[in-house]
Amino acid sequence: MAEHSEAGRVTRKGGGLAAYLRGVWAVAEKDVRTEFRAKEVVGTMAAFSVLAAVVFGLAFDLRVPRPELVVPGILWVIILFGGVLGLHRSFGSELDRGTLTGLLLAPVERSAIYLGKVAANLLYFLIMEALLVPVLLILFDVNLLKPLVLLALALGTVGYVGAGTLFAALTAQNRARETLLPVLLLPVLAPLFISGVGVTAVVLDGRGNAEAWPWLGIMGLYDALVYAIAFLLVDVIWERT
Amino acid sequence: MTKRAAPLIRCEQVEKRFGHKRVLRDVSFSVAAGEVLSLLGANGSGKTTLLRIIASLDRPDKGEVWLGPVPLSTAANEIRRYIGVVAHTPLLYDRLTGAENLQFFARLYDVKEPQRRIELLLQTLDLWRWRDSAVRTYSRGMSQRLAIARALLHDPPVVLLDEPDTGLDRESLKQMTGLIRQLRKRNRALLLTTHSMERAVAWADRVVELRAGRLHQLEGPNRIGK
Amino acid sequence: MNAAARTAGADRWFAPLLIFDILAALAMVGVMWTALLYAGDAINLAGVEQVAQRIFYFHIGSNIAALLGFLGSVVGSVGFLFSRRLVWDRWAVASVEIGTVFGILVLLSGAIWAKPAWNTYWIWDPRLTTATITVLIYIAYMLLRNGFDDPETRARFASVYALFAFLSVPLTYYSARLFRSIHPIVFDGANEEAQGGFGIGPTMGQTLTVAMIGFALLFLAILFHRVRQLELEARIEALRENYDE
Repeated sequence: MAEHSEAGRVTRKGGGLAAYLRGVWAVAEKDVRTEFRAKEVVGTMAAFSVLAAVVFGLAFDLRVPRPELVVPGILWVIILFGGVLGLHRSFGSELDRGTLTGLLLAPVERSAIYLGKVAANLLYFLIMEALLVPVLLILFDVNLLKPLVLLALALGTVGYVGAGTLFAALTAQNRARETLLPVLLLPVLAPLFISGVGVTAVVLDGRGNAEAWPWLGIMGLYDALVYAIAFLLVDVIWERT
Repeated sequence: MTKRAAPLIRCEQVEKRFGHKRVLRDVSFSVAAGEVLSLLGANGSGKTTLLRIIASLDRPDKGEVWLGPVPLSTAANEIRRYIGVVAHTPLLYDRLTGAENLQFFARLYDVKEPQRRIELLLQTLDLWRWRDSAVRTYSRGMSQRLAIARALLHDPPVVLLDEPDTGLDRESLKQMTGLIRQLRKRNRALLLTTHSMERAVAWADRVVELRAGRLHQLEGPNRIGK
Repeated sequence: MNAAARTAGADRWFAPLLIFDILAALAMVGVMWTALLYAGDAINLAGVEQVAQRIFYFHIGSNIAALLGFLGSVVGSVGFLFSRRLVWDRWAVASVEIGTVFGILVLLSGAIWAKPAWNTYWIWDPRLTTATITVLIYIAYMLLRNGFDDPETRARFASVYALFAFLSVPLTYYSARLFRSIHPIVFDGANEEAQGGFGIGPTMGQTLTVAMIGFALLFLAILFHRVRQLELEARIEALRENYDE
């Protein structure tokens, strides 16, 4: 078909992995750029996480003898609920403004669009967590800046964002999308959540790193599964819109 | 030349259902390179659905769409490089500037020398002055022109225009006519939808109408613009 | 096939359904009799616990039905994604709906039994956690379906969710198992810290088999009815659309 046009002159063809990654990067950069102008997501997530930390502080501080007992749970609950606030905008805003069609018309793999969105969401989560950890240190006097806790946060965030972005795509066209996303997401995230609390508790109790590794293994396995499924099924989501 | 013989768009017995409702039935037609086909039809007649199917956004339940020699049902994502779409909505990010929008899509389409191409399109469509303003400050006509720039960014051989005349003033309509003529001269295959019989005839080589999902031939090949 | 001309009695589902209904009814009578009368007492239990252990048969029976529902949803979803035929989706959704009812029965019967045996209704044991999460996933699955109008989109998105959920459930179990378990493992007794376990005699083993078969048949009978109902709904919808045209 190229002989009919000069399309080959204007655009590069194929390109393999490099072109794929350029697509991922283009989507991620576009998302972050629009987000920092619109401030729809990061501000909400950050404000929620600080607010939730304060509320948990008020709720538990008077009743719990040692904050180390509740901080692992508080950390992961806040990430769980704070993250869901931002995720639905990932495709929601594209759909509201009719721009999803423009994205899907582009000659890039669907998984590249998905990964671009994942990358942007990872950045938003990172900002939220970078704020949350010091806030918990101040409010509860518990230092979470330990290598294994940070590793668990990294693994947990990667898995959460992977599953969350996939489900955001699933629910974007649903009538009840904002309310539905947490209902879909939370039960499926149970392994990450349980393991995240587990690692954090082990580290804060000073029980030794050996006990933390099985949890981290489950988180790693979960992450691998999430992305494997996402790659297999992301085309199914957008084969027609 | 064999260009007329080998159509760039070919629909064969396309049928589409939503649930159990048949939106398109037995739709067959083709558009050659250098040809403009107008698709008339009332709201809900299936025009947009048909365009979405040809744009590879939707799958037909029966039948097949061919772009050149490639059947869409088996085509890879790469095929989208050959299609340019101007849709109902501009498909633009209103927080980004005009130039940023085009830069983003240039990266998705892997346009060589994007800056030159973007400048050329913005100049032609009279948007160069506003290239650094956010799209949400654009007027309706400006957004529409930027949407056209977006669609032509990768210089596609197949151009689909879904009601390009809505909301355009007299001046923009004239520009649109010029643009269509120019694309036609450059051997692009154009398929456009419109409500207006007058413009359907003025712009196209052939006019067809969708009524309740069926295609009706209205006018044979004529000599507009020759 | 002229749908309007077909009467209910000439339905191809009619005969197999009737047979299954009768089989399931007989089997459930069998379950009641064996579980409440035939099965012997547990050797090492007394008092309230002795009475409560009989709920075990219903617990395991419902568990089998819930498990079948879970498997059905996965088979139906995979089948749909490969074949793109809505028949598969109807099997998936029917499995989930009925699986949810039995899943809730498993949780309730477990809680009722746990109060005398463990002196608490609830404990975050891996099996309890996993069962609860699975029921929550089922409910989420139905809510997701609820928000889509187009049956094809609904089926596609629900299948993606069901597959994802299927793979996350085992991980939920393993992560919860890293906490110590007190759920009795009746069949291999390897868990020395299990509380409320009991040895299993020959009559109890037979009763268990009857309960599992009975509940499986009950599940299948309800499943067939539900799938048939969904198929009729789809047909009515099709007739209505054609009538509109």
